[in-house]
Amino acid sequence: MAIQDSRSDTKPAAGVDAPLPTVEDALALGLTRAEYELVCAKQGCAPNLLELAMYSLLWSEHCAYKHSKKLLRTLPTDGEHVVMGPGENAGAVDVGGGLVCAFKVESHNHPSAVEPFQGAATGVGGILRDIFAIGARPIAVLDSLRFGEPGDASAGQSGSPVAGEAGSPGTPGATGTRARYLLDGAVAGIGHYGNSIGVPTVGGEVYFEAPYEHNCLVNAMALGLAPRERLVRSAAAGPGNVLVLFGASTGRDGIGGASVLASAELGSGGDGDHDKRPTVQVGDPFEEKKLLECSLELLERGLIVSLQDLGAAGLTSSAAEMASKGGVGIDLDVARVPLREPGMEPFEIMVSESQERMLCVVEPANLDAVLELCAKWEVNGSPIGEVTDSGRMRVLRDGQLVGDMSVAALVDDCPLYDLRPRKPTEALYAAPPARAGLTLQTAPRDILLAILSSPNISSRRPLFEQYDAIVQSRTVRRPEQADAAVLALPDGSALAVSIDGNGRRVAADPYTGTVEAVLECAANLACVGAQPLGTTNNLNFGNPEKPHIAWQLSESVRGLGDACRALRAPIVGGNVSLYNEGATGPIYPTPVIGMVGRLPDAARAGRLRFSGHGHEIALLGPFVPALPASELDKLRGQALPDGLPAIDIAGVRAAQLAVRDAVRSGLLDIAEGGVAVALAECALAGGVGAEVELDGSIEALFGEGPGGFLISAAPGSLDALTGAVPLIRIGTVGGEMLRISAGAHSIAVTLGQLVEAHSAFAELFA
Amino acid sequence: MKFGVVRFPGSCDEVDALHAARRVGDAELIWHAERDLKAADAIVVPGGFSYGDYLRAGAIARFSPAMESVIAFARDGGLVLGICNGFQVLCEAGLLPGALLVNTNLRFTFRQLQLDVVHADTAFTRACGVSANVDADADGQPRLSIPAKHSWGRYYADADTLDAMEQAGQIVLRYAAGQNFNGSLHDIAGVCNGAGNVFGMMPHPEHAVDELIGGSVDGLKIFESMRLAVEGARQ
Repeated sequence: MAIQDSRSDTKPAAGVDAPLPTVEDALALGLTRAEYELVCAKQGCAPNLLELAMYSLLWSEHCAYKHSKKLLRTLPTDGEHVVMGPGENAGAVDVGGGLVCAFKVESHNHPSAVEPFQGAATGVGGILRDIFAIGARPIAVLDSLRFGEPGDASAGQSGSPVAGEAGSPGTPGATGTRARYLLDGAVAGIGHYGNSIGVPTVGGEVYFEAPYEHNCLVNAMALGLAPRERLVRSAAAGPGNVLVLFGASTGRDGIGGASVLASAELGSGGDGDHDKRPTVQVGDPFEEKKLLECSLELLERGLIVSLQDLGAAGLTSSAAEMASKGGVGIDLDVARVPLREPGMEPFEIMVSESQERMLCVVEPANLDAVLELCAKWEVNGSPIGEVTDSGRMRVLRDGQLVGDMSVAALVDDCPLYDLRPRKPTEALYAAPPARAGLTLQTAPRDILLAILSSPNISSRRPLFEQYDAIVQSRTVRRPEQADAAVLALPDGSALAVSIDGNGRRVAADPYTGTVEAVLECAANLACVGAQPLGTTNNLNFGNPEKPHIAWQLSESVRGLGDACRALRAPIVGGNVSLYNEGATGPIYPTPVIGMVGRLPDAARAGRLRFSGHGHEIALLGPFVPALPASELDKLRGQALPDGLPAIDIAGVRAAQLAVRDAVRSGLLDIAEGGVAVALAECALAGGVGAEVELDGSIEALFGEGPGGFLISAAPGSLDALTGAVPLIRIGTVGGEMLRISAGAHSIAVTLGQLVEAHSAFAELFA
Repeated sequence: MKFGVVRFPGSCDEVDALHAARRVGDAELIWHAERDLKAADAIVVPGGFSYGDYLRAGAIARFSPAMESVIAFARDGGLVLGICNGFQVLCEAGLLPGALLVNTNLRFTFRQLQLDVVHADTAFTRACGVSANVDADADGQPRLSIPAKHSWGRYYADADTLDAMEQAGQIVLRYAAGQNFNGSLHDIAGVCNGAGNVFGMMPHPEHAVDELIGGSVDGLKIFESMRLAVEGARQ
């Protein structure tokens, strides 16, 4: 960075005079020329370096949502269950029994692309702080990951996908080296943080596609529980109240993360971004565990007025946003901030992204009690400033003014930009390489085994085994036991939660693909018997200043709004991650959807498996399978279609309602890979075969589309569903083989062959 | 019958252990900085990452004020159960022989496991005998289904120590055939001291106490055994 000194010659300041920064410095910090001029106008003069650094962060895309805010305002945010909507650290819905569930998903994409272990670990740390910042105890983490192609797990098969030429670190030129390195690091980082802090990681998803090669996605979602009256907001209030910083000390790590990492395109990927490693923060889950327990105890004892975590842009954004929400001012003395190293400049202290820190507002009468509790948890409680009625954000050093800005100018006056969306006239993404020898003429049995063993479909066991899924004793359904994670509540009911977002289908059709992603989440909830209560989302897109990305983004948000309205699952919070592209082009547009629901009886949560021999198997719902944009079409090298078939959202919702209320014995929604893969997954989970006859052809076996469920139940118990919703009986559970016929096509495989194909992913770790 | 469950900064499974213990008796948390064991009849040192475990698992916790009292309590014959990180702490404290090394797969691993009860007559396993509620393995030994989750769970002791422990009946739990993912010597999942009043195990019995959550109640047998041992000693 160009900044060497924060001292200004226009304001009373300690030390020697320093030259004012120039417009070039502002550009280097990510502001535009026009934005710099606006800053000068707001300040009434040119800003000093501290002020410019603070403006550049708060006016970054990451903090100001300047390219997405207008779109986000179109989303539905109200509903009967919503307790806290967007704008706070996390959203919250009422789950009955006097409890609320707080939840949010957030991305840590660029840090993870630069340093996957710490990038992912601090992503988890950040989202957990968002949850306990509103007073909720974190009870679960889920993650949504996207990487480039990991290469072919099954030796002997050729046609390994693209990727890898810039693999880093790792063997140069080895196919999939970079994707595997990132996957390994990110999973280990998520596990390290979640396991160590005692919050279970209960679910998640991973997809591998070439467009993520140079720009992986690491999104983490967290849920928390709180008594309704314990929820706290972040608005600072009460002039004269004290601002207390607690948690880790402040160092030079992560300086400029929000503007340098989160709001600009990455370089060529790999080596090109190694010089950015110092902008990635390092996580300390033990410090956060103490911070979490201390924060919750402060709230339980009613000792604080408001609470806010320090995330991107550190003290700058936390203090300014608390002041903005409360309509107050803040005086903050950087000399009172505990530091990791001597000689840090005021601007460094204000923009440091050191992890595991919280800021709270305390009435003077409670200050001693607050500091005492901080001492009990050994979290460094330090009064660093006070709330004023000036409406100014004033930064001091040893009592001398070193920066003075209007809170409103910092937080609210960043210009918002209109997107200029234009549908691209030609395909944005190259067709994937075809797997050698895989065509529609290949024997259906071999197609099934190829799909089951593909990186996107094979068992995630080697990944989720690295996560503690059971700590806190709420986990009713662990990974791979059901389509959604299920967490018991004290009154015998349960929460269900799912995270989803198939970027390939969104790339084919941003509107319909996003509707599908929302419906898929709701379908997962329906499979365990849960009704959606609310939704969170992380919009991962490329550079919105480009018309084709702007088109993807606006169409996707339109689909998100329509689907959430139809399902009555309003958006209670979320995050936007833009500029996810590098020299090789943009990522697939990837809205990651997280949905939380509730089921009345935890003991009746559905399971993904065939259970009883002789049970009937049926297809349920308005399911129209098609091959374009399917997993099979990817494997055989087909380009993405221009658009997906329109969806009857109401019909899909009716099917979900029927499933939710149905007698449940084995249940799965049909997703990637189509009916044949869904049958194989139920057989694998239950350890029992099946005999099935489908109408139609290859589409019936491997085609994909929304709205379909596979259900199995004791003979006769499906009768209750007949008539309410499309239902076709297709076969019977039993035996040691999975036999499927569809017109002229037929499949016969043993359970052993299915197990072998499905565990192909384990070899990626060998 | 009252359990005391030690809580260090960085403990993760202390509340789970507290609730599991409350299924068979009273239970209360004991803060690491306190020396008072609150008149507990038995102590549980729970799982987690005490003090962050950045140095070596359990290496700092053994020096805490609460552990000083637990060590004295154990030397006086009090029942002490160490689970996962608690097992590591008890080894560091010298209350149990051996050490826990990093898993052979070098990864944190979470799995539901089958455990063979080698001795169903100890103070920690006397409720584990084969019954309507406890399965048996092929040799007729009782078998428990209990999850494990850890990075440092490979039990190690030198050959002489292991032989002596085998002879003395101190190997109480073993991973069933094919279940030893961490590389523990002799498939050891749980050991007791020579006097039989201190017991450590890597799997988490407190996470197998409720059919709804986890599908097994076999872990409850460990807590139930401790209750029987305490109440038997009183009579």
